[in-house]
Amino acid sequence: MYELIKTPNIDWIRLKRRFILVSLALLILGGISAFTRGFNLGIDFAGGTLVNVKFKDVPPPENRLREALGKQGIDPSKVIIQPISDPISGVKNEVLIRLPQREAGQRAGSPAESELDVEKRAILAALSTFNPPSEVATKVDLNTISRDRLRELLVEEDPLRLVSASGRAAAELEYGRYADAIIQYRDRDQRGLLRDLADVRAVSGLPTALIEWLPKRFFAGNAAMISAEIVGPQIGQELRQRAISVTLASLAGMLIYIAFRFEWIYGVAAVIAVFHDVLVTLGVFSLVQKEISLNVVAALLTLVGYSVNDTIVIFDRVRENLRLRRREGLTKIVNDSINQTLSRTILTSGLTLLAVLSLYLFGGEVLSGFSLALLVGIIVGTYSTIAIASPIMLWWQTWQSQRQARRPAVRPKPMEATPSRKERRATASR
Amino acid sequence: MSRKLRNRFLLIGGTTAIALYLLLGPFQFRDASGRITAQAIAANFTPSRLKKNLAENIKLGLDLRGGSHLILQVQTDDAIRSITAGNLEKARSILQQAGIKFTNATSPALGRIEIELEESAQIEDAKARITLDFGPGWTARNEGRRLIFEMRDEEQRDLRERATEQAMRIIEQRINAFGVAEPTIARHGPATGYQILLQLPGVDDPERVKNLIRAESRLELKLVHSGPHPSEEAARQALGGTIPPDKEILPARERRRDPTAPPVQYYVVEKMPVITGDDLRNAQAVPSQAGGSVYEILFSLRPSGAERFYTTTSANIGKNLAIILNNEIKSAPVIRDAIRDEGRIEGDFTKEEAEDLALTLRSGALPARVTYLEERTVGPSLGADSIRQGFAASIAGLAAITIFMLFYYRLSGVNAVIGLVLNLVLLLAAMKIVGAVLTLPGIAGVALTIGMAVDANVLIFERIREELRNGKVPASAVAMGFERAFTTIFDTNLTTIIAALFLFVFGTGPIRGFAVTLTAGLIANFFTAIFVSRAIFSWVLERQGGRPEVLSI
Repeated sequence: MYELIKTPNIDWIRLKRRFILVSLALLILGGISAFTRGFNLGIDFAGGTLVNVKFKDVPPPENRLREALGKQGIDPSKVIIQPISDPISGVKNEVLIRLPQREAGQRAGSPAESELDVEKRAILAALSTFNPPSEVATKVDLNTISRDRLRELLVEEDPLRLVSASGRAAAELEYGRYADAIIQYRDRDQRGLLRDLADVRAVSGLPTALIEWLPKRFFAGNAAMISAEIVGPQIGQELRQRAISVTLASLAGMLIYIAFRFEWIYGVAAVIAVFHDVLVTLGVFSLVQKEISLNVVAALLTLVGYSVNDTIVIFDRVRENLRLRRREGLTKIVNDSINQTLSRTILTSGLTLLAVLSLYLFGGEVLSGFSLALLVGIIVGTYSTIAIASPIMLWWQTWQSQRQARRPAVRPKPMEATPSRKERRATASR
Repeated sequence: MSRKLRNRFLLIGGTTAIALYLLLGPFQFRDASGRITAQAIAANFTPSRLKKNLAENIKLGLDLRGGSHLILQVQTDDAIRSITAGNLEKARSILQQAGIKFTNATSPALGRIEIELEESAQIEDAKARITLDFGPGWTARNEGRRLIFEMRDEEQRDLRERATEQAMRIIEQRINAFGVAEPTIARHGPATGYQILLQLPGVDDPERVKNLIRAESRLELKLVHSGPHPSEEAARQALGGTIPPDKEILPARERRRDPTAPPVQYYVVEKMPVITGDDLRNAQAVPSQAGGSVYEILFSLRPSGAERFYTTTSANIGKNLAIILNNEIKSAPVIRDAIRDEGRIEGDFTKEEAEDLALTLRSGALPARVTYLEERTVGPSLGADSIRQGFAASIAGLAAITIFMLFYYRLSGVNAVIGLVLNLVLLLAAMKIVGAVLTLPGIAGVALTIGMAVDANVLIFERIREELRNGKVPASAVAMGFERAFTTIFDTNLTTIIAALFLFVFGTGPIRGFAVTLTAGLIANFFTAIFVSRAIFSWVLERQGGRPEVLSI
């Protein structure tokens, strides 16, 4: 039998002061960062425009990109440019360009949302300046054209004389097929960008006459926008409020469930521990200024569920031990329960961490915030189960029994009276 | 094998077979002639066929397959404003007809009309007449000589609701005609937010769709008073310098692509239209009679409009009739004959322009403007990359966990790994059953499920080890391990499902996909970690005669 750890005999509860100090330090550090540096809210919450641009080769230097955007009426100082690598080849040929939400006043009296995509269009215009001006003036960029537009252009120009030969409807069908094949080749086989117009020779079923004609009207531009996200201020505001209220509601849901399955103090202790995890994770996000997106909030909510798992495993064991070992003190029982489940706690957290780590390493840019939140959350969650949830529960129970011992005449409140029968049996023996 | 155990394995095998069929099916066992042949059966199980079926069975979200996601805000104030304006006009004409004099009639706010009468004696009479016309949706009160009408809140809500639903219907019509595969058009956000969610798979340039929605096609046919004039000033001169209240001057841009045509001309037309877009029965794009690649729009009228059209045209033969689209004259042909119910809009349109125009004419005008709150577009190449990355991450996670479990728990690790793989199969099949879409966060949910699913196995295995350490024989250690770990697994999985439920309520699109995957994975986990794993243990114990001395764990 391989064993990571033999059932240890650590007095966790004796360490509670140190734990509290560590947690307080983490919370204060995160709190200071949150108040001084704030959070790097993603466009989901702050509003704005985020586009992912892919270049044929290495993107132009940042200052040239900024300059080009500035010429399109975008304040260059507010642009955030982040280079990212191609997930397959590892070459840094993509950039994320992020622009903040424009203030309503800058939109010349129109309601802020009516021109939601002005920035996107400005970025497109800026990108086209990185293509040879002679090409841009006379030709169409095959790397940025949409399928429908390509079909329309082909029908309009009719390079194969299909319209006159077989009528408009048949020609539209035929050109539609060619347009499909070309765009599919660009997006799937070439992963978004044609390096050279001559590459379309590899597209099966394309007539040679069309391949030869293409360079007359088209060129393969240097950059293409492979995703664009625009979030208006109203949605950002709504999402921010909803993220907070749903996180609080899910904590309340946990509290009610655990209170129902155990006792209410177990629920309170578990929820305080989870709340602590969420705050510490948010603190880390503020410290490293990692962007908080919708996905990160999803990760935080998952964390709420996951972190409570750990706590429940220990509380479950406490409940069981209370039943079996009525003569022992609660402190010893809690300590033993933590020790008995320790190998499971470490194994499970370790294995989930493995899964999340592979997400962090291989999941790409979109999932990096998501997996970072889980990575931090799982570590903190495991720690807080032992360091926060158990001491709180123990402290409350001890305080209750002391109070009852001091004032035996006072009838206990029903909340404490009914469910904690076995508890009192256990604590009475102390 | 005992009968009880055999039944368990039959259940497990059946469930697995159904799940696999859902993911890899449907299968076709008959060949072209309808006979069942070995070849026809074998053809189902080629890798490419299975891959194709799998891709069809698992629906991908917009972030993975590429497409556009838009959130629209219906400006429902518009609907209330137009009703208020209409009622103000009606109130004016009611008072005029009844001979009640008023000094002022305005709408100072949305859903509010104020009328100041000359004499307070007539106030009750005026109030009664107008209330009768406005109906129960409005309240009426008077302050001195002033009458104040206000639209009730319920009526306002109702109007906003109707405007949103109507806008949704019109947008749906336009999108469907545009030919997007499997679009989603749904209400979004709170009921009083009046937002619409639009998901368009495969549309990587939302511009044309937005134009189509934005397009406001207001068709009016008006009689021409005079024209064409070379300038607006000339048109005004033709009227003697001032424009009478029943006339107006409109620009005409005919034959835009014809370089010899004068750029803009002006006509004086009657303000009151003969026909409006509301009278249309149908409109379609047809090739121009002149030939070439020019298109025009053929429209037909409803009976009531047709009647009016006939009377007007028969009384005005020889005059010009202006065909006006969005306040611009498209053509002003001479009325040669009385026309009953058909007409053409000639305007040098391309085919796409003509089709879009015909479509917007057919579906009618939006009851209120729409603005955009959110716009997300993912190109197909990024989606494909995301699938690859998510897949790689899941496989890497699965591999790492498998290696660890086999090393740490030895033969029992095999048990856990079988459970994990089965968990994945069931999870995907469950998603297919509920019609959930797989999104990028959804793939993350799968990877996370692998990690969490193993938790149940670890809980049970550690418990069994503990019981073995306490001196129990394998058979009772296994029984105790499962029994004791059950409540823990139940509680932990259920709390995570609670969290996932809140995620589902909170999220849109990808996040919901994540919540669904997580929940499906956790439910499948109950089955694999407790039922399947237990059955395998029972089988192992039984094979060793029921009371083995050692257990590989």
